[in-house]
Amino acid sequence: MKHLLSTQDLSHADALRILDTAEEMATVSGREVKKLPALRGRTVVNLFLEDSTRTRISFEAAAKRLSADVINFSGKGTSVSKGESLKDTVQTLEAIGADAIVMRHWASGAAAQLADSGWIRSAVVNAGDGTHEHPTQALLDAFTLRRHLALRHGTAPHGTDLAGMKVVIVGDILHSRVARSNLWLLTTLGAEVTLAAPPTLVPVGVGDWPCTVTYSLDEALAGAPDAVMMLRVQSERMHDAFFPSAAEYTRSWGLTDERLGMLEASGVEDAVIMHPGPMNRGLEISAAAADSTRNTALEQVANGVSIRMAVLYLLLSASDSPDPSTPTAPSDRKATA
Amino acid sequence: MSATFDPRNRYLITGGTLPDGTTADVLIEDGLLAAVGQDARARAGTSAEAAAAETINATGRIILPGLVDLHTHLRQPGREDSETVETGTRAAALGGFTSVHAMANSTPVADSAGVVEQVWQLGREAGWCDVHPVGAVTVGLGGERLAELGAMAQSRAEVRVFSDDGMCVWDPVMMRRALEYVKAFDGVIAQHAQEPKLTDGAQMNEGALSSVLGLAGWPAVAEEAIIARDVLLAQHVGSRLHVCHVSTAGSVEIIRWAKERGIEVTAEATPHHLLLTEELVRTYNPVYKVNPPLRREEDVMALREGLADGTIDTIGTDHAPHTAETKECEWTVAAMGMTGLETALPVVQQALVDTGLMDWAGISRILSSTPARIARLTDQGRISSEGVFELGAPANLTVYDPSVIRAVDPESHATKSRNSPFRGMELPGQVTDVFNHGHPVVRDRALATPRTQHQQNQHQQQLKQQTGSAQQ
Repeated sequence: MKHLLSTQDLSHADALRILDTAEEMATVSGREVKKLPALRGRTVVNLFLEDSTRTRISFEAAAKRLSADVINFSGKGTSVSKGESLKDTVQTLEAIGADAIVMRHWASGAAAQLADSGWIRSAVVNAGDGTHEHPTQALLDAFTLRRHLALRHGTAPHGTDLAGMKVVIVGDILHSRVARSNLWLLTTLGAEVTLAAPPTLVPVGVGDWPCTVTYSLDEALAGAPDAVMMLRVQSERMHDAFFPSAAEYTRSWGLTDERLGMLEASGVEDAVIMHPGPMNRGLEISAAAADSTRNTALEQVANGVSIRMAVLYLLLSASDSPDPSTPTAPSDRKATA
Repeated sequence: MSATFDPRNRYLITGGTLPDGTTADVLIEDGLLAAVGQDARARAGTSAEAAAAETINATGRIILPGLVDLHTHLRQPGREDSETVETGTRAAALGGFTSVHAMANSTPVADSAGVVEQVWQLGREAGWCDVHPVGAVTVGLGGERLAELGAMAQSRAEVRVFSDDGMCVWDPVMMRRALEYVKAFDGVIAQHAQEPKLTDGAQMNEGALSSVLGLAGWPAVAEEAIIARDVLLAQHVGSRLHVCHVSTAGSVEIIRWAKERGIEVTAEATPHHLLLTEELVRTYNPVYKVNPPLRREEDVMALREGLADGTIDTIGTDHAPHTAETKECEWTVAAMGMTGLETALPVVQQALVDTGLMDWAGISRILSSTPARIARLTDQGRISSEGVFELGAPANLTVYDPSVIRAVDPESHATKSRNSPFRGMELPGQVTDVFNHGHPVVRDRALATPRTQHQQNQHQQQLKQQTGSAQQ
């Protein structure tokens, strides 16, 4: 793997490799000294051309735990409006010594374009591009789900996928890169996905996607899902009305207290509520649902660091290091201060 | 033969295949088609000036009437970094075009007699092909006030085609008024059919792929709704409507319906919409970003069939040059448009001739005689429906070798920009010679001399001869 651009082109084997590597990385986070020497001497640039705090910090923490040097580059608005092109920006960063560029960009396809352009030799990690994909978010979600599944079965998560899991993704599918990345990855890993949203927030052509679509959240919850993945209503992307009012959205699509009760009564004892954050309490999720012990939001954040460590490790070390799933995995190496 | 006949104005094209499929010679004299068929060689052979006539061996090549493009962006004035009239018409000549219509969305907009005359004059000075400015329908393409359509029609540029291309004349009242007004001088409104609200922020064809790629969709209905409205308006006011760059199967259906009802509507398709599909957008390479967007395979097939059955009347290149910096950027902010003049005929050959949908008589119709008729040009596309050249007509001819196959190399193109979507593709055919009003502007696959230069050279030669005679 040279780059991580999307989950749509991620094979089952590659996805498992990342998840398994992340399990190894997770052990590091539990240590007193949360650091590995794996990327010592390597430079990771966080090129964030769209506002983001949690994803940038998560990537920064991941790179630092692998002993990489980290450069954070944030840009307001577009590189074009600043007068500098993306090409010039990334070539400058590579000249500084970047080995990997983690890019958050407001434009769909920007990461793929960068990887294919021939402008740079660095590895490219898509940290979210427009309304296209957010592959590490999907990976951390799958990682979280896999752990819950393993816990239910009393097994280790290593080498397992999500076969048989039922996941409902709810809300603003149209504008959500998280929904897209999750749909591709979860189905690659064997999960059954249902999209539940008002028709105006369901993408055109969704009939060709490997999922079930419903306009009724209640109907979706009646199917006793293992996980309900709530999406943030992205008001900033809604230049026009997609639903009549926030109140009506909440009544029909919000994970209200009543629907939390439905989930409780569904018979799936360890059914979880997921959210990529930040949550709009009172809109797509009630306070009770947000604060429920079923909500894995913080667990997802913690797992995000492990996933991003795995991705950076595999991209920057895998070519000249042993496979971390072999006995010389990072967890077996001596951590350095 | 007139007493002023100059043998340097005589060209004999031998052994070429005419659009009707016959093999014949063509004789050009004094800028006119003097003879076609056996008469040509006989007339040249018996003429006292025969030895001075230049012969072009066109064996195995097609002789077409010079191509006419109703839809070219020459960018001048204002965006000379992308293209100039000089570079754009060089590209046009190399592509086999003897006449191009320069779209109005320059800076300033060609919405007045002054600007259209400037473009027209630049075309004359360049001398590579005829340049007919397209006048804007509304002031500044703003869609709010009619431009001075009459003044542009009555100017030296004699504008007959009006378009806000790049923008849709969205207001139905404005469109109605424009259609009505141009009847006074037999003009035509060329509509860029794009409902603006349905395409706000649109980046590519709307469908399953746009959803996967996370790019805002450009629905087919945004084009079809405007065309449906406009054909009804054209019928209502009894005027001529031309639809620019039709791109969807639904649009073809609406135009077919309108023609069956006798509505005076014509339409064009671009070469790139005949060959390329939205699948290319998967690369996020902005070279494939264009307005209207690349559509689905079934739309491509519908356009081809529409051209074959006459529903779509003509090919418009929509040659849209852009600088590297406006294309080497994120897809979302990249400029829309592709170059097309130098690849149009090979693309059309591949899409329509090599597929058996159309013969060369059909190609001469859609690329020359019909666009000339739509634009009311009297000196272009003078060919009968049987594919026979009209004797005595201005010698606007394109000689084309359909047998070669070559990889497209935009770096070698004459256009100033390099945003060709066909880079690296192997396309058939090669324009070898082009005559613009009898002047060889392209010879042996390369630019020769512009018509103006040719005329100047002749003038100087005559002066020298006259001076020499006087001295003697």
